[in-house]
Amino acid sequence: MTEPLLSVRSLSIGVKRGSADPTLIVDDVSFDIAKGERFGIVGESGSGKSLTLRAIGDLLPRGVEVLSGSILYNGTELVGMPRSSRRKLMGPEIAMIFQEPMTALNPVVRVGEQIAEGPRRYLGMSRAESMTRAIEMMAKTGIPDPVRRARAYPHELSGGLRQRIMIAMALSCNPRLLLCDEPTTALDVTVQHQVLRLLEDLCDDSGAALAFVTHDLAVVNQTCTDLAVMYSGHIVESGTVREVLRDPRHPYTQGLLDSAPDFDRPERPLIPIPGFPPNVASRPSGCPFAPRCPLVVEACRTAMPPMETVAPGHGAACIRADRTSRELVAR
Amino acid sequence: MTIPDVQPLIADQSAGDPPVLRVANLTKNYDLSTSVLSRLSHRGEKATLRALDGVELQLNRGEILALVGESGSGKSTLAKILVGSTAASAGEIEYHGAPMPARRGKDESRRIQMVFQDPYSSLNPRLTVGSMLRELLLLHAIVPPKQVHEESKRLLNLVGLEEDALEAYPSQFSGGQRQRIAIARALAVRPDILIADEPVSALDVSVQATVLDLFASLRRDLGLSILFVAHNLAVVQHLSDRVAVMYLGRIVEVADTAELFRNPRHPYTRALIDSIPRMSAGSVTEAFQLEGEPPSPFNVPSGCRFNPRCPYATDACRTIDPALETVAPAHLSACIRASELTELAVARV
Amino acid sequence: MMSPAELLNARQQQRRALRSRSIKPWYRNGALMAGIVIVGTLVLIAVLAPLLAPYDPIAQDLGNTLAPSSAEHWLGTDKFGRDVLSRLIWGAQVDLRVGFLAVLIPFVFGSVLGAIAGYFGGWLDTILMRIVDIFFAFPFYVMVIVLVFIFGSGETSIYLATAAVSWVSYAKIVRGEVLVAKKQDYVTAARLGGMSHGRILVKHIGPNVLSQAIIYGMSDIVMDIMAIVTLGYLGLGIAPPTAEWGSMINDGQEFITTQWQQATIPGLMVVIASLGLSFLGDGLSDLLSPERRK
Repeated sequence: MTEPLLSVRSLSIGVKRGSADPTLIVDDVSFDIAKGERFGIVGESGSGKSLTLRAIGDLLPRGVEVLSGSILYNGTELVGMPRSSRRKLMGPEIAMIFQEPMTALNPVVRVGEQIAEGPRRYLGMSRAESMTRAIEMMAKTGIPDPVRRARAYPHELSGGLRQRIMIAMALSCNPRLLLCDEPTTALDVTVQHQVLRLLEDLCDDSGAALAFVTHDLAVVNQTCTDLAVMYSGHIVESGTVREVLRDPRHPYTQGLLDSAPDFDRPERPLIPIPGFPPNVASRPSGCPFAPRCPLVVEACRTAMPPMETVAPGHGAACIRADRTSRELVAR
Repeated sequence: MTIPDVQPLIADQSAGDPPVLRVANLTKNYDLSTSVLSRLSHRGEKATLRALDGVELQLNRGEILALVGESGSGKSTLAKILVGSTAASAGEIEYHGAPMPARRGKDESRRIQMVFQDPYSSLNPRLTVGSMLRELLLLHAIVPPKQVHEESKRLLNLVGLEEDALEAYPSQFSGGQRQRIAIARALAVRPDILIADEPVSALDVSVQATVLDLFASLRRDLGLSILFVAHNLAVVQHLSDRVAVMYLGRIVEVADTAELFRNPRHPYTRALIDSIPRMSAGSVTEAFQLEGEPPSPFNVPSGCRFNPRCPYATDACRTIDPALETVAPAHLSACIRASELTELAVARV
Repeated sequence: MMSPAELLNARQQQRRALRSRSIKPWYRNGALMAGIVIVGTLVLIAVLAPLLAPYDPIAQDLGNTLAPSSAEHWLGTDKFGRDVLSRLIWGAQVDLRVGFLAVLIPFVFGSVLGAIAGYFGGWLDTILMRIVDIFFAFPFYVMVIVLVFIFGSGETSIYLATAAVSWVSYAKIVRGEVLVAKKQDYVTAARLGGMSHGRILVKHIGPNVLSQAIIYGMSDIVMDIMAIVTLGYLGLGIAPPTAEWGSMINDGQEFITTQWQQATIPGLMVVIASLGLSFLGDGLSDLLSPERRK
């Protein structure tokens, strides 16, 4: 069994509040990403998926910190690593792509220069070499006329092009792990299609692993091989994409699938998940999904259900996971 | 003048009825000349943004028509013109067969209402839900002052909210709830047409379903005609009766929903459909890959506006600007090769 | 369709959701409370001056000038034999009133002009902004002193001078806020709802844009009190013998080594008033802002 590239164990992220208990936003999350694997993290707002990703990339917002747990990258512990050593990892080993390219790119620096910065700083390339590399990366990401475009400023480019610049930037130092925070949510559907295809191809070519955060199950289905579903700061289900989408065992996963319109099955009625999205401030004890769960029983409210293995490589954090097979539940 | 009480839908559009909303030759140009733009277009001259360039569309009574397109298509501009918040540069707008004046009075504007995309900026943060509804109900004298509270309650119930929402401020609600409040506001003035500009795009998936269901039930129970601007085709397929596809300021295809997705007759529509990520299919690789970028409305190509990106483009396509024509019953397309398209698609694979 | 049980559950949840999102009550806001307490106390002192002041502030007692603090005169007497404490208390009336009114007038005038310019845009906006730019070119104190010099000293001139100079800040602030607000969907919705421009400006945009101006106004009151005090100190302010902190500082400065309280205590009052107003401004900014964020 080879070592996973990234191993997250019992990670908890939140806001410290002096002597009072800290406010937990991500609670006891664990997962592994193997080399070259494409791992999707799916959830809605309030699930903590973005923060989990940012914790790996050491980009948590001010005030939010890792409270406990570990993040092992190639065997090295990232939690608690001093900033300077951490920074050495970020370009060449781990890179990140954000949702909104306009805010992720520096508006007053030409895009070619922004891509070249990484190789120059981390790979020790000279100015000319790094610029050549930048243009090479731009061509690889399908930007037409890259030599001319390298001299453009971010606002002169369309959303799709900016996203490609960001991808070029992220891949310029040949990272082993690419963190993507909803990279295509803000894009038009045809551009999304192109960008997803590009990400897949580039990762295949370079062997980089992908950690892909999104709320769109269809995108996960197309781009990722494995996934974890998050709800209210916990992972509620994990496994291969094929397995989880075919046979969801957690009521939340099922609810997500039932409420999202499926293009291939237009006649299926949409069944919304009753109730309201979870509130960070008031977390009930027990399973966080209990207030909205159609299969809830008393035992659900007493303690957080542990992750049960329901099939090889497929886990669900529900005490009724064995009985939530879709065929059995009357709808 | 009394506002008619809400009526359940009696019958769909009958043959003699004019469509509730019809536009013809609608054009909207923006004249902009700033230094940023001159740099973009590499000219120093005035740049004209042709947001809409001759749009023909009609909305029938009691139907949900989806307007689909990407950035630069002009769908948001069209929605704003239909609802009256922007004026067209040229063209006609007809409401129930009669021309709609460019400047709308109080009564005319209440008949076509809008639901916006962003639930966080569409409600005034300083007004309670109750005062917001009250103001509208009194301004248009929908009900006598004594019944305002009852009517507000009824409106909230209609969208699935409780009476205690009346005392609350928008910041106390979630995105999905705010959208429902926004819908209640739109319904307060008893419109017969609702224009929804990407109303579920900013909402979580599990919440989208509730709002979509709400639109469906409003159409069914109140007889509303709804124009639904969207970019998520799965949502469109689920909710709408007919779909109009826009590209660079023009309508390029219109058909009944099932027909459009089963048998698209415009290459752009085909590309859109093939770009949709699927829940059940495999990877994206087999699909029709659209090259290039979504177009800029500053630089509309000559001939068919889609020709630079169209894999089926011929020389004729570069010179002829096709009009929207009937290619099958109730199915219009602006492509000179529309009739060949089904065979072409098969041949390519 | 949901079962009755589910519906009830959903309703309970909605109620709970509403409650859990309630806004922090104003009385929990530390800065606001501190501000209210301090400013409130000062206002109370000013209003109750006739009852609180032991002596008539302008009554002279030339037989008892420059007396040190004693049981009869807690803060002693000034060079005309007037009770310093009574002058201090009555002075609060003058400084607070003038400070407040000197801000109110430009606030109203500037905000209205700024709102109109921002909302309607076009040539109206351009002309107004050029006028604003011209005014901004001159330093505040220089303008005020020059104008007071021209109009002659006294309360009315102070109002005229500060109004003429400070309205531009309000115009600029409110115009900027209106430019942002008018793009918001709720304004478009109000137009679609058939509301007139006037109604929208006053009822809808107004409450959303004035908060920044109010917060600025608090700091402006502080600045105006300083201006009055400075003018008083320069002998250009409120005419003697009216008690006013600035002129008291001026009167008392020659005796700083012997009767230090005559100049220092009024100065302290100015500091306390400014502090209170700053807290108030801070607290208000918290109070008026959270709804903005979402």
